[in-house]
Amino acid sequence: MNHRSLERNVVLLAIAILITVSIGGLVQLVPLYTMEVTIEKVDGMRPYTPLELAGRDIFVREGCYLCHSQQIRPFRDEVERYGHYSLAAESMYDHPFQWGSKRTGPDLARVGGKYSNEWHVAHLAAPRELVPESVMPGYPFLAKRDLDFADVAEDMKTLRIVGVPYSDEQIANAAADVKAQANRDAGDADALLKRYPKAVVGDFDGDPQRVTEMDALVAYLQMLGTLVDFTAFKPEYGRR
Amino acid sequence: MSSATAIFGARPDGAPYDEDVVRKFVIAATFWGIVGFLMGVVIALQLAYPALNPPLEWFTFGRLRPVHTSAVIFAFGGNVLLGTSFYSVQRTCRASLFGGRALANFVFWGYQIFIVLAASGYVLGINQGKEYAEPEWYTDLWITVVWVAYLVVFAGTLFKRREPHIYVSNWFYLSFILTIAMLHIVNNLAVPVSWTGAKSYVVWAGVQDAMTQWWYGHNAVGFFLTAGFLGLMYYFVPKQAERPIYSYRLSIVHFWALIFLYIWAGPHHLHYTSLPDWAQTLGMTFSVMLWMPSWGGMINGIMTLSGAWHKLRTDPVLRFLVVSVGFYGMSTFEGPMMSIKAVNSLSHYTDWTIGHVHSGALGWVAFVSFGALYFLVPRLWKRERLYSLRLVSHHFWISTIGIVVYITAMWISGIMQGLMWRSYDHFGFLQYSFIETVEAMHPYYAIRAFGGILFLAGSLIMVYNLWKTARGELRSEAAFGELPGAAPAGAGE
Repeated sequence: MNHRSLERNVVLLAIAILITVSIGGLVQLVPLYTMEVTIEKVDGMRPYTPLELAGRDIFVREGCYLCHSQQIRPFRDEVERYGHYSLAAESMYDHPFQWGSKRTGPDLARVGGKYSNEWHVAHLAAPRELVPESVMPGYPFLAKRDLDFADVAEDMKTLRIVGVPYSDEQIANAAADVKAQANRDAGDADALLKRYPKAVVGDFDGDPQRVTEMDALVAYLQMLGTLVDFTAFKPEYGRR
Repeated sequence: MSSATAIFGARPDGAPYDEDVVRKFVIAATFWGIVGFLMGVVIALQLAYPALNPPLEWFTFGRLRPVHTSAVIFAFGGNVLLGTSFYSVQRTCRASLFGGRALANFVFWGYQIFIVLAASGYVLGINQGKEYAEPEWYTDLWITVVWVAYLVVFAGTLFKRREPHIYVSNWFYLSFILTIAMLHIVNNLAVPVSWTGAKSYVVWAGVQDAMTQWWYGHNAVGFFLTAGFLGLMYYFVPKQAERPIYSYRLSIVHFWALIFLYIWAGPHHLHYTSLPDWAQTLGMTFSVMLWMPSWGGMINGIMTLSGAWHKLRTDPVLRFLVVSVGFYGMSTFEGPMMSIKAVNSLSHYTDWTIGHVHSGALGWVAFVSFGALYFLVPRLWKRERLYSLRLVSHHFWISTIGIVVYITAMWISGIMQGLMWRSYDHFGFLQYSFIETVEAMHPYYAIRAFGGILFLAGSLIMVYNLWKTARGELRSEAAFGELPGAAPAGAGE
């Protein structure tokens, strides 16, 4: 085609630009939705509990993803340092994904269960009291502030619209599940565990009277990377 | 090139161009530039000296970092691009802005409102959690409206041009406007939790969201920080050098190759992740190929000085423009190299990436912008010349040293940390705990902050110089580029 015709006609030029810049994105994005092997078949993945979801929202709000990745690469040193390499299935309910791009602090993809609740609470409030060389900001206000979970059922309904398979039962019990997870005696923890297997129940921040933002964030951190049953996972599943 | 004089000529009817809105964009770009650079210095110091994170939630690193990135990319860079595109599109089309003052002013004020909505949201904890796309749904909708108005003004002006050809700079600006619209809309598709609340959840999840995000993220670099600023380069470098573009054919080839290849490069941000291998390999391959059209632009920009190299001795504004193109060439070599999977396995997650970004953002984007601002202010405020060329030269050297200090510190700290993470001792154990690698970063974080302070100091000199210029003051100083005791400038030329 003669370039003269493009540079003398705005509409033609705009159409040619749009076609040119669309091709790469279409080739890379569309197959991720159509190829079934994109997300491995695994046992154990479930949507977040209401308390974990609230904690995840705090994680996003504070910009934690700017310094902490949640994506372990399949290298010897990373697997030894952080655990099994990350699977696509493990972030299938993440809106948005939180893989991160920088490790100013360590990867958190499998931090769940590695430290005690007490450690997390003390570390989040004043990181350098526990780890003197740390450059992380302190978040003492999290433990002081009550968690606002009035809208957590609305959050879950919104997530259901975008594809997270929350059941009617899970949404109906959202507020009760928040209380039950943060204090075993404040609700029906057994029903919670039935709805959300492997959920960590406990008084995360050390104050059973209140459900704070600290409770939510620690509940989220304590479940990260713990859901998939790797005894049933074969590496072939991940070959794509 | 005989058409050069025609293209850069005055309007045939002798009527004035719309310059009022360009003046506003110049002021806004200068203001937000300082805000963005200052925020960068603050968060760099927070990393070096974490006690500078106050116990107040609004000013932690996690909330201020998006303020820094949005302020420099969208507030500083965006105002530069909008302002320079409005200035140059009128001259290259010999037509005033389509839609008149009202629409142009809507674009200006609408864009400033977008910036304030976005930045105030981050500080208050309103953040949708996607890097470089942190604003929530209501801000995203607002900027979409403003962006469409911008497209209408720009494309409308092209439409009513009095020149037969659309000039090269306008191809780049047009591709920047159209592609950014596409990327922004797709990446930010979200469902708000309620129409009265700030919170939303993005429709994409997990691995698909990762691919969408970096398709957006890398092309924010490719089309906002590259194609847009190449548009700027193609107008302002020839104007300041008073030479035509080196090769018209090269500009055609590298334009289409650049915009076609760039859009594929996103997956190099996701090497060795859970993104399927085929997508990673595609991303790497196209990133390496991208080296060629990138250098096509660099060669075209630098070689435009053919026959005018001596002007670098006497014109520090031209120095900014030419050195910016040099930095562009350097970082568009480093980028493809870092997108090779073996290199990326070391560089990813480290400060090397931060250094790479800043050699492009400070060396290319900011320097070419400074060149344009120094070009524009005397012309927009109808002054004979800049207040002081010597201050431009001071700005140039202080900021250049700042950039070199910055990127060198990040190269060392990034490569060192990557090597520490993967090193094993004689017994086959990991040699360093994570926190030992953090501790090793400290001196480099302090050096980086110092580099940033130098860069900010240079920019403050620019603000002073531009302010004096706009007021119409002229510093009485010896002509620039003259050696003591030498013949007066111009005598030998």
